[in-house]
Amino acid sequence: MAHPGMRTAALALLVAASIAPLPALAGKTLDGVRQRGEVVCGVNTSAPGFSAADSQGRWQGLDVDVCRGVAAAVLKDATKVRFVPLNSQQRFAALQAGEIDVLSRNTTWTMTRDASLGIVFTGIDYYDGQGFMVPKKLKIDSAKKLGGATVCVQAGTTSEKNVADFFQANGLKYKTVVFDTAEAITSAFFSGRCQAYTTDMSDLAGARTKVANPNDYLILPEVISKEPLGPSVRRGDDEWFQIVRWTLYGMLEAEEAGVTQANVDKVKAESKDPIVQRLLGVTEDMGGLLGLDKEWLYRIVKQVGNYGESFERNLGPKTPLGLPRGANNLWNKGGLMYAPPVR
Amino acid sequence: MKPARFSWSTRSGRALAFQAGFLLVLTVAGWALWRNTAHNLAVRQIRSGFAFLDQRAGFDIGEGPMPYTPDASYLRAFAAGLGNTLRVSLLGILLATPLGALVGLGRLSRNVLVRSLSTGWVEVLRNVPLVIQLFAWYLVFTQLLPDPTGPLVLAPHVYLSKGGLQLPMPVWTGGPALERPEITAFGVSGGISLTPEFLALLVGLATTTSASIAEIVRSGVLAVAKGQTEAALALGLPHRLVIRRVVLPQALRVIVPPLTSQFLNLTKNSSLAVAIGFPDVVSIANTAINQNGQALECILLIMSVYLSINLATAALMAWYNRRVALVER
Repeated sequence: MAHPGMRTAALALLVAASIAPLPALAGKTLDGVRQRGEVVCGVNTSAPGFSAADSQGRWQGLDVDVCRGVAAAVLKDATKVRFVPLNSQQRFAALQAGEIDVLSRNTTWTMTRDASLGIVFTGIDYYDGQGFMVPKKLKIDSAKKLGGATVCVQAGTTSEKNVADFFQANGLKYKTVVFDTAEAITSAFFSGRCQAYTTDMSDLAGARTKVANPNDYLILPEVISKEPLGPSVRRGDDEWFQIVRWTLYGMLEAEEAGVTQANVDKVKAESKDPIVQRLLGVTEDMGGLLGLDKEWLYRIVKQVGNYGESFERNLGPKTPLGLPRGANNLWNKGGLMYAPPVR
Repeated sequence: MKPARFSWSTRSGRALAFQAGFLLVLTVAGWALWRNTAHNLAVRQIRSGFAFLDQRAGFDIGEGPMPYTPDASYLRAFAAGLGNTLRVSLLGILLATPLGALVGLGRLSRNVLVRSLSTGWVEVLRNVPLVIQLFAWYLVFTQLLPDPTGPLVLAPHVYLSKGGLQLPMPVWTGGPALERPEITAFGVSGGISLTPEFLALLVGLATTTSASIAEIVRSGVLAVAKGQTEAALALGLPHRLVIRRVVLPQALRVIVPPLTSQFLNLTKNSSLAVAIGFPDVVSIANTAINQNGQALECILLIMSVYLSINLATAALMAWYNRRVALVER
């Protein structure tokens, strides 16, 4: 195992020492991706539902699908993605250093990150919030009864700050144990080292699927923070920024228009709806505006699916995570997902 | 004395020129690296500088020798991490040295059992990567021990559980008293508390380093010529005095310099703490890097922290080495 601190150090030095004239990087991500023939995408090492390798070693998840969508749009083949699993400390350095083209690793969009790390968030692919999970045998039903508890938390996440704020605001004492990988935390929590595990709600649900007896654990009702998760790219390359941003918007627009992986060919051939015709490149060439071709979104839907399909496949009620759509439903179905129109 | 005129034809003149030239190259290279870094950070719109050290850290640290709250500054957070690094390194050195000396002498024992146990100790610990050993110790502490709500009672008011080791703490409340740990709803609280992260790291560092120290002690003892022992015994010195007055002083000369490297290694190896969740200075820096994204500054801080600790250790050991070194008369 490479020492994670060393990797961060190496990446930081890479940022510092890259002698190449930098402006050449700007606007060149797309050229680099085309030349390489693959999109290099930074993902979580293990976050079921967002990015985790399945039993065949294939990456699965909502964050993974965003990267596949980008590859489908740019390279015409959703499989042409190289996934780079990153822990929470490595992620920004890897993007800054140019090791990855997109960071799609259930990362919270905050002002500090957006404004000072040399990266920029392209959108929100999951509205999350931080919560707590406890063993049922503690017989606790509220986070406000966690006074005196030891809490497991992942290093370098917004969770670390939120949990300090929450306990301080409620005047409760607590102790943290901070690990640098999700695997280390879940193993410590499920072994009983901590009485509570705090992270984003979706992550808690994902962690619970990894244990033999998920019913012994309870996710407490309190949501203590806003955690809008989304992909990000390096600053200074607006062309690439637009491609990643509109890949996600396109997946949302496709869902809103009722275009699915199953019906996309039929709809493309038969639909007279001008919105659908525009989305699928039957009439206007919207992809050209991004430096792509007419069928960019057709390929995303055909090869990856629309946003709702990806959600149902990775996170929804029929998956082990069993998360409701909730805030992540479309705006016209009671959720917060609202993509600007493709027109 | 008249200042010597510079000349290429003298050896000292050439040496001076080469040294000046080397210094110039080093300065220019350092300056270029600095400028280039600053330029790159600016172009990529990445914030830089050490101003963040005064800002509120906002995250908590699980344990430490000094008081710390999330309201403290990043500088205080780094200091708390440094305190933890020093605590585990110092205790590790204090445990590893006598343990290593014992095992090293054990390898020279005439008793077969002692000799093979000592050899086994050295070979196992020296050949398994430290981070694996740390995971193993951590598993022992967090998987095999009972839950903190029903701890093992080692002695009255001494508890061992997944929550760690709790001991009574001497306090002064109008007179000497003991603050005793109590069993509460979430486990044991009060008294001195050593977390499983701290214990696993301490035990892992101390045992691994003891294996290397054992070999150094063994080589030191073997380096003393056999004639020295024989001569001392022939003079009628008892065996105990032969070891103390003849063998040990001569062995220490060989032992001390490589022992210093082991102490430095132990200190540097404590940075593996992050793997098992102990908040040492590297772990704190990792958190800081993520909160504010200033990886370069934080890594510079880590490097200077370890450099300072190790230079201080090395200076101390150099002083001790001069005391035990052969004084020629």
